[in-house]
Amino acid sequence: MSKSHITTTINGDVREFLCDPSDTLLSVLRDNLGLTGTKEGCGTGDCGACSVTVNGRLVCSCLVLGVEAEGAEIGTVEGIGSSDKLHVIQQKFLEHAALQCGICTPGLIVSTKALLEENPNPTEDEARYYLAGNLCRCTGYDKIIRAVLDSAETLRGAA
Amino acid sequence: MSEAQDYKYIGQRTIRPDGYDKVTGRANYAADLALPNMIWGKVLRSPHAHAKIKSIDTSAAEAHPDVFAVATHADIPNQRNPGALNILAKDKALYHGHAVAAVAARTEQAAEEALGLIKVDYEVLTPVMNLDDAMAPNAPLIHDQLFTNGLPEKPSKPSNVASRMEMSKGDIEAGFKEADIVIEREFRTPTVHQGYIEPHACTVRYDADGQSMIWCSTQGHFDVRGSTANMLNIEHSKLKVIASEIGGGFGGKTTVYIEPVAMILSRKSGRPVKIQMDRDEVFKGSGPASATRNKVKIGARKDGTITAMEAHLYYESGAFPGAAPLGPGCMTIFTPYDVENQYVEGFDVVVNKPKVAAYRAPGAPQSEFACEMVINELADELGIDPIDFRLKNAAKEDTQTLYGPKLKAVGLVECLEAAKSSPHYQSALEQGVGRGVAAGFWFNIGGVSSVIINMNPDGTGTVLEGSPDIGGSRASMQMMAAEELQLPIETFTTIIPDTAHLAHNDTTGGSRTTFATGMAVIEAAADVVRQFKERAAAVWNVTPEQVQWTDGVAINANGEDKMTAAEICANAGRTGGQITGRGNINARGAGPSFGVHIADIKVDRETGKADVVRYTAIQDAGKAIHPSYVEGQYQGGAAQGIGWSMNEEYIYNKDGLLENPGFLDYRIPLASDLPMIETIIVEVPNSFHPYGVRGVGETGIIPPLAACGTAVSKSIGIRMTELPLSPPRILKAIQEAS
Amino acid sequence: MATTVIFSSELQKFTHEAQTQVSATNYRGLVAEIVARYGDLEEDVILEMAVAIDGEIVHDPMLETIRPGSEVHFLYRISGG
Repeated sequence: MSKSHITTTINGDVREFLCDPSDTLLSVLRDNLGLTGTKEGCGTGDCGACSVTVNGRLVCSCLVLGVEAEGAEIGTVEGIGSSDKLHVIQQKFLEHAALQCGICTPGLIVSTKALLEENPNPTEDEARYYLAGNLCRCTGYDKIIRAVLDSAETLRGAA
Repeated sequence: MSEAQDYKYIGQRTIRPDGYDKVTGRANYAADLALPNMIWGKVLRSPHAHAKIKSIDTSAAEAHPDVFAVATHADIPNQRNPGALNILAKDKALYHGHAVAAVAARTEQAAEEALGLIKVDYEVLTPVMNLDDAMAPNAPLIHDQLFTNGLPEKPSKPSNVASRMEMSKGDIEAGFKEADIVIEREFRTPTVHQGYIEPHACTVRYDADGQSMIWCSTQGHFDVRGSTANMLNIEHSKLKVIASEIGGGFGGKTTVYIEPVAMILSRKSGRPVKIQMDRDEVFKGSGPASATRNKVKIGARKDGTITAMEAHLYYESGAFPGAAPLGPGCMTIFTPYDVENQYVEGFDVVVNKPKVAAYRAPGAPQSEFACEMVINELADELGIDPIDFRLKNAAKEDTQTLYGPKLKAVGLVECLEAAKSSPHYQSALEQGVGRGVAAGFWFNIGGVSSVIINMNPDGTGTVLEGSPDIGGSRASMQMMAAEELQLPIETFTTIIPDTAHLAHNDTTGGSRTTFATGMAVIEAAADVVRQFKERAAAVWNVTPEQVQWTDGVAINANGEDKMTAAEICANAGRTGGQITGRGNINARGAGPSFGVHIADIKVDRETGKADVVRYTAIQDAGKAIHPSYVEGQYQGGAAQGIGWSMNEEYIYNKDGLLENPGFLDYRIPLASDLPMIETIIVEVPNSFHPYGVRGVGETGIIPPLAACGTAVSKSIGIRMTELPLSPPRILKAIQEAS
Repeated sequence: MATTVIFSSELQKFTHEAQTQVSATNYRGLVAEIVARYGDLEEDVILEMAVAIDGEIVHDPMLETIRPGSEVHFLYRISGG
């Protein structure tokens, strides 16, 4: 089977890759491009560990094909902040101890950013339902939700 | 030290040092490593729950152009290794998903394709899928030479009952005679999975001449080395295991599944091999927790004094005898109660399900659920508040346990009192909401930990410890080193090196890390302090006894001289060489942690859906090193316990095939399923630890089962006895009652 | 002062009594003393168990010293998740 040549923009950088028509965006990001910050927890769109944005829309990258990235703008956790300049959401996750093992964290950071861009002032319930697609088995979500609401408040203050 | 003490560093809410990598996506987990020339392994799993393997023909797979190696049980070098039968099945497939063969190929897709070319000739047998069927008079035998251990007389016939155990104290008959009221109930709990979000994965490289290596996600890389080395007849010195960051474990990553298989494939192919389980393989092929059937009988006097407690416990072991955590189930069930007359009998039973693995306080949630449900019913019958009823009978210092020693100072009474005065318990209940309270007990363990602190020329220190960090333990190690050396927390970096760079460490489990590895850190730090004093003494030409280490500075007791850690370290080359502190210990004196939870649940009587509307977890930490991560353990344990109570269960069809091996149908709690989980940290110091630390990781999963079970029962006015309390089960109970 | 060894219900099947006094001042001496005293009690059974000395649980007690007047219990080894 011949591979497709795809040109896409990832975190603002133009990237090219070859992939099989059946490769998921997740496997392209991880295995072809070395962007392993996006995690695989299920491969069936149930856990949200592979959350990314495609043209600003929050998706599970395990449910998107690599070829669909052609001409698109992809956003992954690697594009959100670095350790010397964390995004507010990342800083708040650390301050609130909103992670234990950390495997769901990249997906949650991406989803939280999408949530707060859509809704800068979510209620606790709105945050819980928006993030219901991001499974966390360690924390019971309490500290995550606090970090999300605190991020929202800080970002509103900065705006 | 049992009196309150001021600490300079422990007890703060610092930012965890590994957090930056984890929020930016830089942290590397099991599936994140690729090696040059690497190929992909895939495992063929049994499509049957119970079947004889008559033959395996791998020739077509081997002929596939992209395939480099195929492995079956016959390729395991050490055939006597007791775990090998679960790594790759030999004569029999014992559960749906049991690994039968594996291939390594150029790509994951090619490997998958090649699996389809392996021909296994199965003779399908009748599966034995639950305790009742396994113990029925003419049940099919899973192992035809399994004779029950621990019966008064040696059985003449094999059965599916692997063992029986019994524990007692006092006089159970006399105890029940003293009772004014006796309640006896039977409870069932389902097969549940640990549900870590990161699937098992590993990348391995076999190198016949030198170091072979395994990169994997595990709670204990030294145990991965031990198991794999034994199965493959490799010397420990030639097998290096690197613990990746670990994406959850909860007991389920204390054993090996794919690592030896990948190593065999790498040995055969001469290439690095990567295997990552799909989510459905995680459910089918890795460790669930025992389903159980437990009968509990408790008697009490009218004044609320419990006079006798009796239990008969049946634990599924999966398909491998002796795997069930039956011992802890028996040992923990009645420990929260200071009651003279107790009797427990337990059975370990094999069924055609995966070999059960440890799951957070293994064995305790199931048995304590049964006990706590009956305690709550007794409190109702006696007209006593359930917390007061527990307070009247609570275990405390000097209570004789059923399992052995008398308890030292423990915090159950303090937890009950904190629960009683909590805002949650003081709040009024809305119409239709039920409230449940339950206690939980877990021993905690100590064990072997090996720590090195290397002091650097600039006065900073690198803490090398061997307990994979599953929930923030690097931060607590850093804080304890800082406390002991009285140096700022940022002075220390915590690293979890591979098995070649540190002596053996027991696995992260049993709530041992902050306690036992922490003790080793404290010992290594004390070793550094000792050397600091020697070096300063040598410079000042005094004896080390004349040097004090105070607030992170050496002080000459004979004068005004002071020397900082940085000064001592910078000068170390001239005073005898660099400074390394060592703490190699087998930690003892682990202190039990008791907990008490309160759940408020509202049931929709139309649909049977139950919502947890308020929840509080109270637990004794002894001393909380990092309070945020202690709370995190309470909250995480509570959430897993709520999942166990309300939703989670393995669903098998009549052929013994698992029908819900995915997160859509095996539904762990979502953010939208839970309220905030309020926490109260109680601190009754463990007298055997320098700071009073108790392990906190496991207890929190125990109380939710009965707290939720009781809350649902109260909300609908029907006593529920079987988990999970899923909408169909609740709806059925409501319909049957009306 | 002698040390008191307290037997669990399982060990009582071999010892036929709930407790005894020993004069040993270390773990190995204690094991030798009780194995000699109770014909039904096999050394292997004891050696597989952990002990609690005055409430402090020790999983690998081989080299333990035991202060006179202590209370010693044998118990199953515990692991965890």
